Amino acid sequence: MKRYSLSSIFTEAFKDNLGWEKAWTKGQPKKEYQIIIVGGGGHGLATAYYLAKNFNVTDIAVIEKGWIGGGNTGRNTTIIRSNYLQESSIGIYEKSRSLYETLSQDLNYNIMFSPRGVLMLCQTEHELRAMKRTSHANRINGVDTKMVAPEEVKEIVPIININGPRFPVLGALWQPRGGTARHDAVAWGYARKCSDFGIDIIEQCEVIGVKKKREKIVGVETTKGNIKAKKVCFVAAGHSSVLADLAGFRLPIESVALQALVSEPIKPIIDCVVMANTVHGYLSQSDKGELVIGGGADGYNNYSQRGSFLHVEETVRALVETFPVISRLRQLRQWGGIVDMTGDRSPIISKTPVDGLYINCGWGTGGFKAIPGSGWATAEMIYNEQPGKLASPFSIDRFSEGRLIDESAAAAVAH
Amino acid sequence: MLNIYCPICQRDCDETELSCGGQAHLIRRDHASSDKNFYEYLYERKNDKGIIFERWRHVYGCGKWFHTARCTLTNQVFGSYSAKEVQPPKSILATIRRSRVDFKGWVK
Ligand SMILES: Cc1cc2nc3c(=O)[nH]c(=O)nc-3n(C[C@H](O)[C@H](O)[C@H](O)COP(=O)(O)OP(=O)(O)OC[C@H]3O[C@@H](n4cnc5c(N)ncnc54)[C@H](O)[C@@H]3O)c2cc1C
Ligand SMILES: [Zn+2]
Repeated sequence: MKRYSLSSIFTEAFKDNLGWEKAWTKGQPKKEYQIIIVGGGGHGLATAYYLAKNFNVTDIAVIEKGWIGGGNTGRNTTIIRSNYLQESSIGIYEKSRSLYETLSQDLNYNIMFSPRGVLMLCQTEHELRAMKRTSHANRINGVDTKMVAPEEVKEIVPIININGPRFPVLGALWQPRGGTARHDAVAWGYARKCSDFGIDIIEQCEVIGVKKKREKIVGVETTKGNIKAKKVCFVAAGHSSVLADLAGFRLPIESVALQALVSEPIKPIIDCVVMANTVHGYLSQSDKGELVIGGGADGYNNYSQRGSFLHVEETVRALVETFPVISRLRQLRQWGGIVDMTGDRSPIISKTPVDGLYINCGWGTGGFKAIPGSGWATAEMIYNEQPGKLASPFSIDRFSEGRLIDESAAAAVAH
Repeated sequence: MLNIYCPICQRDCDETELSCGGQAHLIRRDHASSDKNFYEYLYERKNDKGIIFERWRHVYGCGKWFHTARCTLTNQVFGSYSAKEVQPPKSILATIRRSRVDFKGWVK
């Protein structure tokens, strides 16, 4: 693989840009692999990458039914933050955020990480109290956040209306090191490096069956034939239950549609990310000038990747009250993704009832920010055949053992 | 927008009048049950891509619960029935079969 650098851009410019290679090789399945990762989203690719980088395992195939990053990884609003309440969540999300800081250099691919700051508004007394608690939890665990007063909120985001009338801004939790990154680039950057390590990236290939011998995994059946493997990991977000069904077990997961939209592009008006959890809306501005807007998920199970109109309306209505300046903007695009929601709104990184089969899912509405950390922890689990420190709180057993990781209060909105 | 029939009010309702209560026909467990049984009741879900049977509540109407059959991929609704039923009635299963020849029936 040729490295991307200033000199490569310079030399290519004089060669009509004809010398660029394909970022990754389109793989065809071999008969057998040591490890198969099912799902070519960010989490699947990152898992393969850290298996190669941290553990020197490269006999891996990443199998994707569509195209790389065509799932939620290419459909999200790219918010990155780690201001969670529980220690276990802080562990993995802060690991992830810190990996993002140097990911462009690590992957030799510009993922456009932009630590522009994330502001979580408090618009009720209860929310203010909950956020204060979160900020203390953050401080204890070494996550750099602080509470800011309404006047300071107005200074950070001049277009905001802090006076209500329904939901005046009473304060905010500010994480200056949070921000955004280019979602496609994260998927493509990992795919390129995986390919460079010799990992096969097999697109347009759907897993349609699971091969077991006495409750031990021996391979998968795909639309491109059967492939043997010693270990398999499902990393399929909204389709995790469908895959688990093929393997003969059920998950504590429900799939729902979550939507986002962008406005027409305008001049820069906001230079950080603002989340308004009480009214269910959040906002940032892309480099192209579009306002990137997201809201709540549909209230019923759904695989239609479209979502209901009423949620778009609800989200926009809420944001117009907080940001009156956006009221006349037109919507440019809208889309949906199928997110995998667990009972406690925290992810699953776990072994399964089938020996040799692992699963990474349940990131729901907020797993883009977790891609590097989750891949790191999942690779560690697959290699050692048991979860390490980062992953172990997130096993499936927690639901029957009553060890829930209750983040729903801390992350009341979808992001 | 979803349009679902409320068998109590006997009329079609918009999604905005309703609230979804998730998978229907779960077996309710008493306090003496095992951890596994409680897990199944509280968290484990079929989450099928295709036909599902689910609970809905007519919150901005009669306030009552009922059951509905719906396809999670196309959002086609096949009809509603009483919340007292312990499994989907034959008439609903027949309606589903008329438009989905490969429908395998209800699985617990
Ligand atoms: C509208 C929206 C906004 C969001 N906003 C944010 C945000 O601001 N910040 C944040 O942190 N998170 C956000 N998220 C959540 C985030 O996008 C996801 O948690 C994350 O991208 C999940 O990554 P993944 O790799 O697990 O899943 P995906 O990217 O969905 O990848 C799973 C892949 O598995 C493939 N697959 C499925 N079944 C099979 C099969 N049988 N065989 C082969 N392949 C299969 C799919 O095609 C897919 O490509 C948002 C999500 C949505 C939908
Ligand atoms: Zn009614």
